[in-house]
Amino acid sequence: MPSVVLQLRNKAGLHARPAAQFVQTAARFQSQITVRSLTRQSAPVNAKAILSVLTLGAEQGHEIEVTAEGTDAAEALEALRHLIEDVLPQEDAE
Amino acid sequence: MSQRLSGIPISPGIAIGPAWWLQTPTVATRHSDVPLNPETERARLEAAREQAKRELAAILADQQHALPPESLAILEAQQLMLDDPDLLQHVTAAIDAGQSASDAWRNATDAIAAQLSALPDPYFQARAADVRDIQQRVLRCLGGVAEEAVYPTTPHVLLADDLVPSQTVTLPLDRILGIALVGGGLTSHAAILARARGLPAVAGLGRALHTIAPETLVILDGDRGEVIVNPDEATLVEAQARQAAWHAAQKAAAATAAEPGQLADGTRIEIAANIGSAADARAAVQAGAEGVGLLRTEFLYLDRVTPPSTEEQFAIYQEIFTLLEGRPVVVRTFDIGGDKPAPYLSLPPEANPFLGVRAIRLARQQPALLDTQLDALLRTGYPALRIMFPMVATIAEIHWLRERVDAAIARLTSQGLTPPPGLQIGMMVEIPAAALLAEHFAAVVDFFSIGTNDLAQYTLAADRTNPAVAALADALHPAVLRLIQHVVSAAHPAGRWVGVCGELAGDPVAAPILVGLGIDELSMAPAAIPAVKAVLRQWTRDAAEHLAQEALRQESAEAVRQLVQAMMPHR
Repeated sequence: MPSVVLQLRNKAGLHARPAAQFVQTAARFQSQITVRSLTRQSAPVNAKAILSVLTLGAEQGHEIEVTAEGTDAAEALEALRHLIEDVLPQEDAE
Repeated sequence: MSQRLSGIPISPGIAIGPAWWLQTPTVATRHSDVPLNPETERARLEAAREQAKRELAAILADQQHALPPESLAILEAQQLMLDDPDLLQHVTAAIDAGQSASDAWRNATDAIAAQLSALPDPYFQARAADVRDIQQRVLRCLGGVAEEAVYPTTPHVLLADDLVPSQTVTLPLDRILGIALVGGGLTSHAAILARARGLPAVAGLGRALHTIAPETLVILDGDRGEVIVNPDEATLVEAQARQAAWHAAQKAAAATAAEPGQLADGTRIEIAANIGSAADARAAVQAGAEGVGLLRTEFLYLDRVTPPSTEEQFAIYQEIFTLLEGRPVVVRTFDIGGDKPAPYLSLPPEANPFLGVRAIRLARQQPALLDTQLDALLRTGYPALRIMFPMVATIAEIHWLRERVDAAIARLTSQGLTPPPGLQIGMMVEIPAAALLAEHFAAVVDFFSIGTNDLAQYTLAADRTNPAVAALADALHPAVLRLIQHVVSAAHPAGRWVGVCGELAGDPVAAPILVGLGIDELSMAPAAIPAVKAVLRQWTRDAAEHLAQEALRQESAEAVRQLVQAMMPHR
């Protein structure tokens, strides 16, 4: 299954608006998408469920692994990578 | 016997008054002894959830302009929580196992709130209150009877365990002097609310807060993060004096917010806002912005599969410009690219995106992207439109960009339309090379705006998104200040104006230095405007210039900060 490891560089980590953006992005895709915290060594949770994503407690500096399975898995991973690596840190910077 | 509790200061100011305990109303639900029909319970839950979502949508629509963006973000996250598939699965499973809709919902949300409370980061702990809030909302929609929240009829200092978002709407803020919380933290909803409304607040006071009896006199000190219970006479007098000083300072800041930005000697400084949406534009006008010094347009380009069309952009610019009612607006053309992003750019990955193909570098590779944006901007005909190009490093680039603008104006006039009468073309200065050669650029552009965040990052070779080195990229570093001074000294003789649109502009410590360096316009987050206007009114042009000259001679950013403290006029 395709997966990608990402580091959270934005200040808030996956909290409040960033978590909402993450879940909304994941929800755009057909694929089953899970996310787990490598830093906390948590079990994978549904990336389309905001409460599950919040309970990861993913803070700035933490590493997460996103896994997708389905026809649009590659696009989904790219969209989430883009959000975590580009969009969220950029929003902080501004 | 007086008693002192310490916590975390979350919103400045002093409140003195009788204590009032806010009981967070809980919803009572009845237990049924009759066996339940899971199908009926599922349908009830569904209806309650839909109602709760409608209520949240109504609050969001009502409060769009009244609440700070962080509060709106929490309400939006709560809408997503109501649709959380994992939560629904748990609740449905419990209903199928024989629980009532209310019990199943209460238990599942309790479990999640407990998990969130157990996380080490206060950011996440604070989300437990958001979950309890939607828990109660849905229980109420399920027919539970809410206890009536009882509010004081006279001014009181509010004590509570924590505040939940829905209380934002119902709290009688005119009767609340300040807020003291058992839990919570800087990022809690209560903190956001308190800061937005200018109410002093202290969080994290712990269970000891529960020992305060209603109506006991308390001093709530939002500067030091203390609550003093039953203060003695001397403490009370001292607190009253500090409260009076705080009120006076607040009044002065509020009075000057609506007035034009100026120094103590009457020198005008344009105070503008950085915005990225129509909602920001409204906030900027309300906060007293005299213009927009930076309209970021990245939001138009990201998270989509095709680039935005001229029509789409035109409609959004129109909406934002209308709200600005003729105030000048500096629109920065897209600052995207690099490692990334949108699939339609099809750019190869880069090892150093901050040093790669971004902004106008991307525009040179894909000119159609830029032409579309220029067409949309010019078509608005907005009289005070200023177009600004980011990441300009060479003279060749700015010549090429001006040619694109000229071509866009030609396209517009060929359609029988007229370009904006007061159109200005400028460039962002975030690359040290552009700062150092500013005299050459001054011959080509109408204005400069200094992006201090990026300028500091490139000057100090420190990636500001990397926590390990971000602190090095301090825009108050004398090396950065010298580059700013160089830009001003090149721009003014050529009749060009210079703005600053980085975070430095909204920093009350930095603002007098920037003004002393000759900066004509400061553009900042709307919320920073009243404080910066208030600070500038304490400085004369001579004093600010003297300060700036001293700052340029310092050896470090720390020394510059100390200097400002030391030279602050009469305080």
